[in-house]
Amino acid sequence: MSPEWQTVWLTLKLAGITTALLLVIGTPIAWWLARSSHWLRQPVAAIVALPLVLPPTVLGFYLLLLMGPEGIVGTLTETLGLGTLPFTFAGLVVASVIYSLPFTVQPLQNVFSTVNERMLEVAATLRASPLDRFFSVVIPLARPGFLTAAVLTFAHTLGEFGVVLMIGGNIPGETRLLSVAIYDHVETLEYGKAHLLAGGMLVFSFLVLLALYLINGRLNSGNLKP
Amino acid sequence: MTDTGILARFNTGFDDFRLEVDLRLPGTGVTALFGHSGCGKTTLLRCIAGLQPCAGRLSVNGDVWQDDTASLPVHKRPLAYVFQETSLFPHLSVNGNLKFGYRRTPVQQRRIHPQQVIDWLGLAHLLGRTPERLSGGERQRVAIGRALLTSPRLLLMDEPLSALDQASKREILPYLETLRDTLDIPIVYVSHSAAEVARLADYIVMMDRGRVLAQGGLQETLARPDQPFALEHDAAVIVPAIIRERDDQWHLCRAEFEGGSLWFRDDRQPETGTAVRLQILARDVSIALAANHDQSFQNLLPARVTDMAAEQRPGMTTVRLHAGQTAFLSRITSRAVHQLGLAPGMAVCLQIKSVAIVE
Repeated sequence: MSPEWQTVWLTLKLAGITTALLLVIGTPIAWWLARSSHWLRQPVAAIVALPLVLPPTVLGFYLLLLMGPEGIVGTLTETLGLGTLPFTFAGLVVASVIYSLPFTVQPLQNVFSTVNERMLEVAATLRASPLDRFFSVVIPLARPGFLTAAVLTFAHTLGEFGVVLMIGGNIPGETRLLSVAIYDHVETLEYGKAHLLAGGMLVFSFLVLLALYLINGRLNSGNLKP
Repeated sequence: MTDTGILARFNTGFDDFRLEVDLRLPGTGVTALFGHSGCGKTTLLRCIAGLQPCAGRLSVNGDVWQDDTASLPVHKRPLAYVFQETSLFPHLSVNGNLKFGYRRTPVQQRRIHPQQVIDWLGLAHLLGRTPERLSGGERQRVAIGRALLTSPRLLLMDEPLSALDQASKREILPYLETLRDTLDIPIVYVSHSAAEVARLADYIVMMDRGRVLAQGGLQETLARPDQPFALEHDAAVIVPAIIRERDDQWHLCRAEFEGGSLWFRDDRQPETGTAVRLQILARDVSIALAANHDQSFQNLLPARVTDMAAEQRPGMTTVRLHAGQTAFLSRITSRAVHQLGLAPGMAVCLQIKSVAIVE
C-alpha cells in the first residue's frame, strides 16, 4: 500500500472505530441527559460539550499528561501491562472518542427528547420491559437522530488535527492521519499531494453530508417501511 | 372474604390533589369511572395500571399486583390499556402494531389470537397499512385489538372515544358492546360522557376531587332518588329490555323488561329479539292513583312507591317506584305528592310519556 493510501485507510479506520464506540457509549449518556431530572444533568451536559469549545490542543495536552507514564490513566495501563497510550493507534481512538463525544451525544439527546413518553407507556402495557422498550420503540423512532449522530461523528473524527498532533504524532501506518499528512505536504511545499488529499476530503465530506440530508429528509417526510 | 373482583385501595398525594379510594369492583363486566375532568378518574386508572407510582394495595381476581411491600412493574401486570388519543406505533404497520403485545405474551397465556381480533374488529383490510393512513376510528379499533392480543386479565380504557368525532364514536360503540358481551374479563372504563356510561356500563363509580362519591350497579344507582349521579341534568333510569313485537302500522315497538313491557316509537325499527337498554327520564314519568285509559300516555304500569327524596330545587320531589323488579323515577311537584298522599308501599299507576333506546 502506498503511504498515501495507508494514511487514508488509517483515517477511515479510526473514524469507523470511533463512531462505533461512540454510538455505544453516547447512547446511554444521551438517554440519561434527555430523560433525567437529576441535579447532575447540567454539569454532565457541560462536560460533554467541552470538546466543542476547547482548542483541540488543550484537550490533547491534558490527554497526553493523563495517559503518559506519570498520569493516572498511564499508570493504570502500565500496571495492566498495556504500556502507555500516547503515540499509539489505541491512544488516538481514546482521544477521538472524547473529542467527538458531543457530536454523538447532542443529536441523540435532541431526538430522544422528542420521543413521546406515551409511546413508552403503551409499550409497557404491551408487556415490553424497559430494555425491550428502548430497542423496539425508542431506537426505531430515533432513527434519524442515530443517522445524524453517526455521520457527524465520523466526519468530525476524519478532520481532527490538534489532538492527533499532541498525542499521536506522525508515525506512518500507526498514527499518521489525513489532516496531519496534508499539513506535512503543505509544509514541504508538495502542493500537488496536498491537493489530492485535501480535495478528496472535501468531496467526500460533501457527499456524506448530502447523503445524510437526503436520507433524513425522506425519513422525516414519513415514508416508513410497512 | 371472597377474592374475586378488583380490590383497589390507594392513598397518595400528588402535586395538586390527593387520590384516596377504597374500591371493590366486580370481576366481570364494565365498570365506569365517571366524573368531571380533574376528578382523578384517569389518575386512578393509571395507578391500577402501574403507570403512576402510587402507594396502596391492588388485587385483581385473587392475584395481588401491589401491596405495601411490593408492586409489579407495568409490563408484568397482565392488563391491557387503551389510551384516549391515538397511540399506535408510527414505525410499525397495523399488523406490526397488533402483534407487538401478542409476541411478548407467553405462549401458554395466549387465549385471544390475531384472527379472532381481526374478525371482531373488522381489521382484515387494514393490516398492511401504516397508522397515518387510518381514520381516527380505525386507529382506535387497531389500538383496542392490539391491547386485547395480550390476553389481558383486566382491560383498562381511558376515554377511548373522546378524541373521536361523532361518526367514529358511532362506529366504535357496537364493537365495545361486543367486547363487553364476549370477553369474560373485567373492563374499567373512564368516561365523562353520560351517554357512553348509560350504554356500556354495568357498574358505576362516581368520583370527585380524588374521592369516590358513590358507586353501585348501574340500574340501582341511577334509580336512587337522591340522584348522586344525575348523569346529565335530567334524572333518568336505564332499563335493560328485549324487543318482543313490532307494530308497523303505528310505527311502534314493544320492549319487555323484568316487570312489564313498554311501547315506544323508534325510527330504526329494531328487530324483534334485540337486547336494548331503554332510557326513561324522570320528568317523563307521572303517577296516577288508578289506571285511566282516557288519555294519551301509551304506557300505564302498575307499580309500588319505594321511597322519595325532595330535590334541591324547592317544590320538586323525586319518587322511586318499582314495577316488578325494575325501578323507575318520577319527578313531580311536592304538592302532587301531598295531594295524592304518596307514601312508601302504596300501589299506584305509572304513566310513561317517552322511552328511548340508549345510543
